[in-house]
Amino acid sequence: MTATEAPPAPNKIAWQVAQVEAVVTETSRVKSLVLQPAHWAGHRPGQHVDIRLTADDGYQAERSYSIASAPEDKLLTLTVERVDDGEVSPYLLDELRVGDPLEFRGPIGGHFVWTRGLGGPICLIAGGTGITPLMAMLRHRERSPGGIPALLLYSARSLADVVYREELDATARRDNDFRLIYALTRQQPDHWTGHRGRIDKTLLADHCFPPAQNPMFYICGPTAFVENVSSLLVDLDFNPLSIKTERFGPSGG
Amino acid sequence: MAEVPVSRGFKSKRQTSEQGRLPPGQYRTTDFPILSAGPTPDIRVADWKLALQLGGSLVRAWTWDEFEALPQTTLNTDIHCVTKWTKLDTTWQGVSFDDLLKSAGLEKPPQAFVMAHCDGGYTTSVPVEDLIAGKAMIATRFDGVPLAPAHGGPARLLVPHLYFWKSAKWLRRIRFMPEAEPGFREARGYHIHGDPWREQRYDGD
Ligand SMILES: Cc1cc2nc3c(=O)[nH]c(=O)nc-3n(C[C@H](O)[C@H](O)[C@H](O)COP(=O)(O)OP(=O)(O)OC[C@H]3O[C@@H](n4cnc5c(N)ncnc54)[C@H](O)[C@@H]3O)c2cc1C
Repeated sequence: MTATEAPPAPNKIAWQVAQVEAVVTETSRVKSLVLQPAHWAGHRPGQHVDIRLTADDGYQAERSYSIASAPEDKLLTLTVERVDDGEVSPYLLDELRVGDPLEFRGPIGGHFVWTRGLGGPICLIAGGTGITPLMAMLRHRERSPGGIPALLLYSARSLADVVYREELDATARRDNDFRLIYALTRQQPDHWTGHRGRIDKTLLADHCFPPAQNPMFYICGPTAFVENVSSLLVDLDFNPLSIKTERFGPSGG
Repeated sequence: MAEVPVSRGFKSKRQTSEQGRLPPGQYRTTDFPILSAGPTPDIRVADWKLALQLGGSLVRAWTWDEFEALPQTTLNTDIHCVTKWTKLDTTWQGVSFDDLLKSAGLEKPPQAFVMAHCDGGYTTSVPVEDLIAGKAMIATRFDGVPLAPAHGGPARLLVPHLYFWKSAKWLRRIRFMPEAEPGFREARGYHIHGDPWREQRYDGD
């Protein structure tokens, strides 16, 4: 072998301790954790962090959580839904207090990422807490020079289960380039004129930017949701390479 | 680095007698979660071919029927996903990498690394060391039944002792290369090797 210079070893994404600055109740099953990292070089919308809990006997549990805040925000926001018999999420929702330390590392992931440089139009499709990384994209878009066309199709059990609803509704009211569609799967208000039931092919065909405009898709949610929506989009002749997916877990919304 | 803080009031719910079989940071699941970067492709076995390449030229290609006629191996193994789940005692059937090389007329691997290329553009790189001597296979059956498309059917690479992103779904082409090159995930911040027992999740671990 020739004596070539070995490439410099990449830096390990080190564990660090953040402080919990705020815990925000979003819905009956969801809270946002606002964290102050010890040091943070920024992230790209769509990336996640790993958090790690340590019991007093030394046992550790790690889980991934998407970043919901924009790179422009100083503090890091994670949004966590309760998995009833879960090990980590009930702890984060019920036990964690303002001022507590929380070990984490990141940012992680480079595929399910959107930054303004990629342009638009973008179709963001969320199932339940799958909204989290898409919210980081929308918040980043909000802070970008205007006019990037975006659609958010958000499937939730009921209106009360929609996370960030005020913020989303406010953006939709003031921003003509942003279209917001809720699909309510289990329970709809009496006067509801929006979509009832799961996201289906017609809803996608009616609201997504047409294939001729080469929209980029970001789909996030429970595995079955992502599988279903992405295969409907392929059926509708959208380019599979324009569809990026992130799967949170086995079941849910 | 500062001391690891104890998470006040945190108790394990997932600790089991199988704890010794769980690599660091992993927890046990009994489901079979799905993780891929894009939609699940619809592949018909009539159109399927697997190619083996060396230095840009084709060493051998197999049609589905030819591939199915190769010696079959069964592997009972645990699998570990970088998203933290581990599934114990899974049963896979397919063609071992060793048998694939034999069928291609290669007595030993010509180069030290391979890139696995898949439908949908996914790639991943694996050292040949991690594929030979019964360590890996091209799997076509899970629990005795044909591999479902969402799990990588009709055929996926199976390298169970590395994180599961190395076990590329919808495998179509295996290309030998002299040196390690990053594949899809490796180019996006994931570790080049991906050994779960050394918790090589991300670049630099
Ligand atoms: C890249 C990535 C990003 C993620 N981002 C977020 C996020 O922003 N917000 C968020 O709330 N979660 C997110 N998750 C899911 C999260 O990592 C955990 O899996 C989830 O919080 C459950 O952990 P737990 O310890 O409470 O449950 P566990 O103890 O792991 O599991 C308890 C039971 O619930 C099942 N289960 C596990 N995960 C889920 C799930 N997601 N939905 C339903 N059932 C489940 C398990 O199979 C088990 O039976 C993300 C996952 C990944 C891989």
